[in-house]
Amino acid sequence: MLLKQLADARLLYSSDQSVLVDFGSPKDPATRHRVIAAARKLAAFSIPGLVNLHPAYATVLVVFDPVLTSADEIVGRIALALAAHTGEPETTAPCRLVEIPVQYGGEDGPDLGWVAEHHRMTPADVIERHSSVDYEVCFLGFAPGFAYLTGLPESLETPRLDSPRKLVPAGSVGIAGRQTGVYPAASPGGWRLIGRTTLEMFHPARNPMSLLQPGDTVRFLPL
Amino acid sequence: MIVVQNPGAFTTVQDLGRPMQGMSGVSRAGAADPVSLRLGNRLLGNPENASALEMTLLGGTFVFPEGAVVAIAGPESVRPVHLQPGETLRAGPIQPGVRGYLCVRGGIEVPLIAGSASTHVPGNMGGFEGRPLRKLDTLRIGTAAVGAVREGIRPEILAKLAPRRTLRVTLGPQADWFPADALAQFLTGTYTVSNNSNRLGVRLDGPALSLQNGAEMTTEGVPLGAIQITAGGLPIILFVDQQTTGGYPKIANVVTVDLPSVGQLRPGDQVRFEQIDPAHAHQLIREREALLKSEEIFL
Repeated sequence: MLLKQLADARLLYSSDQSVLVDFGSPKDPATRHRVIAAARKLAAFSIPGLVNLHPAYATVLVVFDPVLTSADEIVGRIALALAAHTGEPETTAPCRLVEIPVQYGGEDGPDLGWVAEHHRMTPADVIERHSSVDYEVCFLGFAPGFAYLTGLPESLETPRLDSPRKLVPAGSVGIAGRQTGVYPAASPGGWRLIGRTTLEMFHPARNPMSLLQPGDTVRFLPL
Repeated sequence: MIVVQNPGAFTTVQDLGRPMQGMSGVSRAGAADPVSLRLGNRLLGNPENASALEMTLLGGTFVFPEGAVVAIAGPESVRPVHLQPGETLRAGPIQPGVRGYLCVRGGIEVPLIAGSASTHVPGNMGGFEGRPLRKLDTLRIGTAAVGAVREGIRPEILAKLAPRRTLRVTLGPQADWFPADALAQFLTGTYTVSNNSNRLGVRLDGPALSLQNGAEMTTEGVPLGAIQITAGGLPIILFVDQQTTGGYPKIANVVTVDLPSVGQLRPGDQVRFEQIDPAHAHQLIREREALLKSEEIFL
């Protein structure tokens, strides 16, 4: 259900305590940057009754307290916040560079050899390709502190494990399909593990709790 | 002080949750049945948001070396209990529903994380060391009480607030991805709560729904109470410790006023869904809130 049409976004009904702000095609990089710029604006604009913001590839879910405010009121506030000028260009989200030191291969990256063989390259080639590009954090989700990154070179696209591992150690760096990422906590997982970092990706006592935030640039540094 | 003698099946420290951590991928957590928690706290003269122990199925056994005034709060009964120093409280099994709250006058003192005492189980954070309680854990009683201890909650109020088995929903953002007969099947069918349900989500067994062909979902933020239809066609209701984003289509969303009822669903319970419009959902939560805040609730 369309609640309001803005110049570059549609506000859609999601639940009686949330509105989905949709910026269009997830395939367009400009959409991702609009999402991140919007999430930052909405966080900075003090909106009474705001409970949460969940950015994703092409959308920001705005959660509100239906006792303190109403859908109509929230829709109006979102429109105002998005129209506010921050002085920053809308489509190039300012980026912070986060370098993640990684111990590739060995016990830290038990699938590095398999990934190299799968692509008919040497483990050193995999490391070189994985660590020579900049990745962008689209959003956090799936688990606390888990960042969805874009930018994995096509030549490293690798299928998941046939059956997931029961326990992947915290800090493991993996590849699954066109995605790469870091497991913030020990958990079951089906990604091919090529390395591991000792950086604490998620810490509840830190503000923000997640080391990576939407819009950050990530570079992996081989140790 | 509270010494855990038997933690029961799954007991965690909860308050009304931890907002604004979605950017880090952290859901709100908080009491699965906030109505019971709030009634227990109000009865004890605590702020509504004071932290308490959320017990599951079996309840638990707790020793109070210095005594305390406590309330066991659940769907049918919310009563104060005065415990002498050294007295042991055996709570449970939980009946009806699946969760009961052991509220303590003064609240439970644990370190706050981003302003909340709630345990977020998948994040191993908050509450008591970020985990469910174990035997011999020792918790401190806080000083949160602001009012007098009341005698009880009026039975007709508890009846009015009783958990529902027909959950009211509004249509979800992908409701039109389902053929009309699938949507009709969802709104008329009876579903059974699966054993495989917890604070992250309530899984339902029942008529499997088919999707329109060709629809491809992009992962997006998912609200509390969203009803996702998974690959097998069965619904899952995302709950308080939920993942913050999801890639399954959402046919509907449980309305805010009925979310506490989801927190009392027991494996094997049968549920149905009833569609209402957003304006009605809004009116219902406003009425509920006025009732919960009023003085008429007390005996």
